[in-house]
Amino acid sequence: MILYFISSNMNSIILWTITVLFGLGLLLSVVLYLVAKKFKVDEDPRIDEVEKALPGANCGGCGKAGCHAFATACVADGNLDNNFCPVGGNDVMKKVAAILGIEVADKAPMLAVVRCNGSCANRPRTSRYDGYESCKVEALLYKGDTDCPYGCLGCGDCADACAFGAISMDECTGLPVVDESKCTSCGACVKACPKGIIELRKKGPRGMRVFVSCVNKDKGAVARKACQAACIGCGKCAKVCAQEAIFISNNVAYIDFDKCRLCKKCVEECPTGAIHAVNFPQKPKVKEE
Amino acid sequence: MHNVTFKMGGIHPDDKKISSRCKIEVLPLPEKVYVSMAQHLGAPANPVVAVGDEVKVGQVIAEPAGFISAYVHSPVSGVVKTIGPMPDLAGNMVNHIEIEVKGDVWRDDIDRSTTLVTRIPDDTAFILDRIKQCGVVGLGGATFPTHVKLAPPPGKKADCLIINGAECEPYLTSDNRIMIERSSEIIIGAAIMSKVLGSCPTVIAIEENKREAIMIMSSALSSLKRMTDVCNDIRIQVLQKKYPQGGEKQLIDAVMDRQVKSGGLPIDAGAVVQNVATALAVYEAVQKNRPLITNVLTVTGDCLTVQHNYLFRIGTPLSFIAEYAGGVPAAAAKIVSGGPMMGKAVANLDATTVKGSSSILYLMEEQTKRRPETACIRCGRCAQACPMGLEPFYLFRLAKVDDYAALEENAVQDCIECGCCLYSCPAGVPLLDLIRPAKGNVLRIIKSRK
Repeated sequence: MILYFISSNMNSIILWTITVLFGLGLLLSVVLYLVAKKFKVDEDPRIDEVEKALPGANCGGCGKAGCHAFATACVADGNLDNNFCPVGGNDVMKKVAAILGIEVADKAPMLAVVRCNGSCANRPRTSRYDGYESCKVEALLYKGDTDCPYGCLGCGDCADACAFGAISMDECTGLPVVDESKCTSCGACVKACPKGIIELRKKGPRGMRVFVSCVNKDKGAVARKACQAACIGCGKCAKVCAQEAIFISNNVAYIDFDKCRLCKKCVEECPTGAIHAVNFPQKPKVKEE
Repeated sequence: MHNVTFKMGGIHPDDKKISSRCKIEVLPLPEKVYVSMAQHLGAPANPVVAVGDEVKVGQVIAEPAGFISAYVHSPVSGVVKTIGPMPDLAGNMVNHIEIEVKGDVWRDDIDRSTTLVTRIPDDTAFILDRIKQCGVVGLGGATFPTHVKLAPPPGKKADCLIINGAECEPYLTSDNRIMIERSSEIIIGAAIMSKVLGSCPTVIAIEENKREAIMIMSSALSSLKRMTDVCNDIRIQVLQKKYPQGGEKQLIDAVMDRQVKSGGLPIDAGAVVQNVATALAVYEAVQKNRPLITNVLTVTGDCLTVQHNYLFRIGTPLSFIAEYAGGVPAAAAKIVSGGPMMGKAVANLDATTVKGSSSILYLMEEQTKRRPETACIRCGRCAQACPMGLEPFYLFRLAKVDDYAALEENAVQDCIECGCCLYSCPAGVPLLDLIRPAKGNVLRIIKSRK
């Protein structure tokens, strides 16, 4: 084809065009090459290596703007004290430490825990919300469609925020469910929840953990009236705990997961069933009546 | 005279003033009242009575807890039963004082006669103190303490006082009724406020759909001008009917043809805007030493056979008013406190009335339905309707991705949450729903920078 055009005098204009464009391309590539040489930014090659070792989700769970920013921070700091990739976990952090030539201590794996048990059965709906389906919009307008002003609104902002598809809304209870195998404890859901219900807690050995599934700060009677499974702040759990891991503030109990020894005494003691123990061998899931 | 209006944006919803001919009826006393401590903008008031105390009508039961805060008075006489948190209209817990009503004994120094007092006190400091002591707040919706608004920051001077009788929200007629029934008092109240602001000219702005109010206010003004010289600088301005004309910045634009700069206050444009109901409260506070314990509220709705305007004691439970007005109609799907544009749906009818309560509005099922949401085609109707000159469709997109820097650049903080964008959107895009939380976050960011 080209040979045909070249051979024909009629099309010498095409020949010229090709020659000029080709020449221009060659010239500019040389210029680009020289500019790239001259203005090359020297970056620590380890940053690249660290970034390759990271999961590359760019979720921001580490508190940095993305995986590249995290890698830069790791290399710049020279240690991993303040840098932890929750998505990659200990395995990835060991790889990063190897690249940087330092030691790193294992961190206990964390998990997003939904601290509300206000299912449709436990917490009757007292009004109907027909506004825009979003927790942050609903939270701004009123307390929510139940009498508990602290509980889950059920519009699924946490599920939308999760980049790993680990949170789904249970249609039966209206509450979010965290898939333990998918949750990377990046904390996006914690930020998305306008009620501050979701907390990152220690995953525990074989996933065993005990937590108070309520954040209602109202006095016992008021809380109980709004929701059968509410923590009424009675303090029985705190009394029975041998580890002093439980404290009551603002009418709601909180279990310190660093101190908890998973004895489950508090679970038996709780009159409303607000304390949940999950993944224990005999009773896979303690459900209240 | 040519009827004026604001220049930018605005919408024309059906005004539905079906209760405008219903005279103000005095609501009987309920058995118990629940007085909220957070009836005003700013810090909630601190209770100064204890459980078991006997109180008289008009007695101070809570003191302001800061510069922007207000006194709260007992609206009834009786015994304080409980002091503690109770759910408000939105269901959020707010401190309330529960008072069991016993008789109707008023504080002795309150003048309860209906004679018109036209002589205005000379001392402006005394007037301001009276307004503060009587717990007067802006009754146009924001419930901003009036004594703070009437004392502009040093270096700024008001050269015009606008009395807002626009009442641009559909359905609401309480302002209309008080303009018809208490016109002279409102004018004297306006004259008092004008005096405090350095005898600045005063404009009473009324929308053209309130013909009776315009007529009665005009004749009251001319007869007052013959009687006394305190209201020589007052005139009445008729406005075109357009929502949201009752917004401060829109009203200043309509009446004075001045624009308040982005982020500025009305006083920056040399204007102070007060509602007609506030003018009435100021009159009663200064001339009669009567604290703000009553207000007028409209009970209305298309599904209601008889409409009402009630003079209620602040703190009367909404359920009592609804019951007295004949119960909640079966066709009502949603109860709104305030107008249909900016009012809030009531989650809890046991909640109590506050100083700023203006209506109980029953909406039927088909009135509460939204258009199904479809894609935005950038027709620009929301931008055309926005009275603040914003671009709601763009703000909506920015709010969706939480781009607060760009939101601030596009002046989301100027949004007055009037809902014109949502009303005009043919695609049913929830514009204001997402812009409102974004505005809150941007305001928080701006505040944290200071």
